[in-house]
Amino acid sequence: MDRALKLGVADGAFDGPAARAEVRSETVSLVVENMHCGACMTSIERCLKSVPGVSDARVNLSARRASATFDPARVDVQALIDALGRAGFRAAEAVEARGDQDVARADDLLRRLGVAGFAAANVMLLSVSVWAGQASDMDKAAAALFHWLSALIAMPAIAYSAQPFFRSAIDALKGRRLNMDVPISLGISLATVMSFYQTLRGTSHVYFDAAIMLTFFLLIGRYLDQHVRVRARGAAENLLGLKSLGALVLDEDGTARRVSARALAPGMKVQVAVGERIPVDGRIVDGVTDVDASLITGETLPQAVGKGGTVHAGTVNLTRPVVVEATATDDSTLLAEIARLMQAAEQGRGQYVRLADRAARQYAPAVHVLGAATFVGWMMFGAGWELSLTHAIAVLIITCPCALALAVPAVQVTATSRLFGKGVILKAADGLERLAEVDTVVFDKTGTLTRGAPVLSNASAIDDAALAEAASLAIASRHPYSKAVLMAAEARGIDVRPAEGVTEVPGSGLSAMGPSGERRLGSAAWIDGVSAAHGGAGSLWYGAAGRAPVAFHFDDAVRADAPDVVANLRRAGYGVYLISGDREEAVQRVAQEVGIETSQGAVRPDGKIAVLDALKASGRKVLMVGDGLNDAPALAAAHASLSPSSAADISQTAADAVFQGEELGPVLEAIKVARASQGMAIENFAIALAYNAVSVPMAMAGHVTPLIAALAMSLSSIAVTLNALRLKTARLRLSLVGGRR
Amino acid sequence: MTALAWLIPCALALGAVGLVAFIWALNSGQFQDLEGSGWRAISDDEDDKPRP
Repeated sequence: MDRALKLGVADGAFDGPAARAEVRSETVSLVVENMHCGACMTSIERCLKSVPGVSDARVNLSARRASATFDPARVDVQALIDALGRAGFRAAEAVEARGDQDVARADDLLRRLGVAGFAAANVMLLSVSVWAGQASDMDKAAAALFHWLSALIAMPAIAYSAQPFFRSAIDALKGRRLNMDVPISLGISLATVMSFYQTLRGTSHVYFDAAIMLTFFLLIGRYLDQHVRVRARGAAENLLGLKSLGALVLDEDGTARRVSARALAPGMKVQVAVGERIPVDGRIVDGVTDVDASLITGETLPQAVGKGGTVHAGTVNLTRPVVVEATATDDSTLLAEIARLMQAAEQGRGQYVRLADRAARQYAPAVHVLGAATFVGWMMFGAGWELSLTHAIAVLIITCPCALALAVPAVQVTATSRLFGKGVILKAADGLERLAEVDTVVFDKTGTLTRGAPVLSNASAIDDAALAEAASLAIASRHPYSKAVLMAAEARGIDVRPAEGVTEVPGSGLSAMGPSGERRLGSAAWIDGVSAAHGGAGSLWYGAAGRAPVAFHFDDAVRADAPDVVANLRRAGYGVYLISGDREEAVQRVAQEVGIETSQGAVRPDGKIAVLDALKASGRKVLMVGDGLNDAPALAAAHASLSPSSAADISQTAADAVFQGEELGPVLEAIKVARASQGMAIENFAIALAYNAVSVPMAMAGHVTPLIAALAMSLSSIAVTLNALRLKTARLRLSLVGGRR
Repeated sequence: MTALAWLIPCALALGAVGLVAFIWALNSGQFQDLEGSGWRAISDDEDDKPRP
């Protein structure tokens, strides 16, 4: 990612020298959604540069971002976003670049990796000569010279490159813990110190090559780990950035100006157009409208809200433009309550220990005991302290967990990039591990199992003429039911002509006056001749003079592959539950349709947590899949969590991974890849241990030469990396819960 | 053996040139957009002309 992404004021570097004195310029980073290739890249740059006041624009295709340098006196950020919008690119200002620190760390690791690589190559060049010389006739002086050169290259390189391991090891020891970096640091530093001592004495026990190779391989693992993190965070930030669109704020004097949603403060009046997402929690001060709160409550049906009514951030305004006054974000708001629940829930998960650290807890003491045993053993055989120490250090070098430290990152990188290709963005570093352990999947309904948009369910009972007339009214409205009517009409190939003079009454319906009298589409109460008792929730009526009222019934369409995904999960022995904030009967219906036996409706956010706690108490490890704001606490409380990219911001933040697209299949893919990757990580540990099982007895017996140390180190590292790469192309099937195939 | 006196410094110098080039490339942001750079090379846009 670009370092110049940071928002800041710099001198106008690209304006002529004459202008430099007074022209100020700002650089802004924009997230651009639909940028895919070089052609998009050039058109975005050309489009931005054509805006007056913009002095430079540069696209970063990998990060899906564009940075523009502009003169704040002549143009503002919103104008740039609008210009891109006209060119067909959806853009938004990037979220405050929290990832910058991560990028800097990745760059730092890459620099150290470069230095270690340079040193490793040169030291190996010298070492191979010495090894070859042992077989032929290299004289002692030449070997000594080569050892001295190795020392000269390796020691400064190690002092610089291995710092991340040293620092982490010291931190761990200070906290009275053992992590993988403790034996690593010990191995590297002891190998270096001993090699220097042996070089001084002119013996052949010089391990500079092993020490620097070790540093090099370990840095690769560390860099890959960091790279995955940077990429995932960038992608997640882009998703969030695209959602935090601007808000139109009305000032005291009635003028309107666009500000970013983050800049809103309590008391500001915000104009919300039809179809826009309401950017703040607030009270309606002008207008009446229908609000789609499906993202917040899981309820599919829109609610009518009048003047003085409360609306929540994230809900969609459907029927009339309204003015909303932002209310103070005190503890009583829905968002604050959900944030509180989330905080409490996350504390429970904080104690998760990663596989690599669990391995380190077993491995590190074992290594140190082996090293000590070697020293004591040789002392008891009367070998003298110097020889005993040499052998003990050889054991530490051999056991240095190079392959062990690469085992997990290598798998993580292949698994993450495979999931990335399938539209799953993994955010949490330990997400894969937790995902692999789940045995129960809890789904939310609206927006997760279903697409979150209703479809006409009784289309076959409605004749073409009635559908065409209803659609001619519906085309004027953004109500989800109207859209569904329109879609049904278009699916039948009906040419929909918009009716003239359609008016929409929030909470009731649509009407239009025509030559043959008034035509109406709306709730039962809105239509003459239909008793309110007929109009259960989930239906619309169409009424016109001289025709019997026609009923339209709606369903929230289930994602096409949802029954398949559920069946697959159940076949593999997963417990599958459906828990939703929506009405009980709607939940029951969806549960039946996708084949879930246990379902529960009308559950509040704290109720969802209670259900998860009950499952946890019975020994289950739960994967929560949900999208609504009301799911966010549950997402944070569950053992692992997934949310679709259409989810509320807060839910995406809470979830371990976000999946994109119309299908539910990525959920299955994520579980499969997670389990395969855990299997592979354990395989990798086994490979690493197998190498140790062979080489440690040799080292303890004092038979390890520098050549054997270097070979064991490199071969085991390469073996685990190659093994991890298999995951990229392997065909995966969902194995049974509990590891049974 | 005398060959070593200049072969080894040569090897080291070449390696050092590579390392310096890598660090220069890293610091000047050459690795920040690997995907985009590939496209820029085949773009018809006059991105390669000096700035006015």
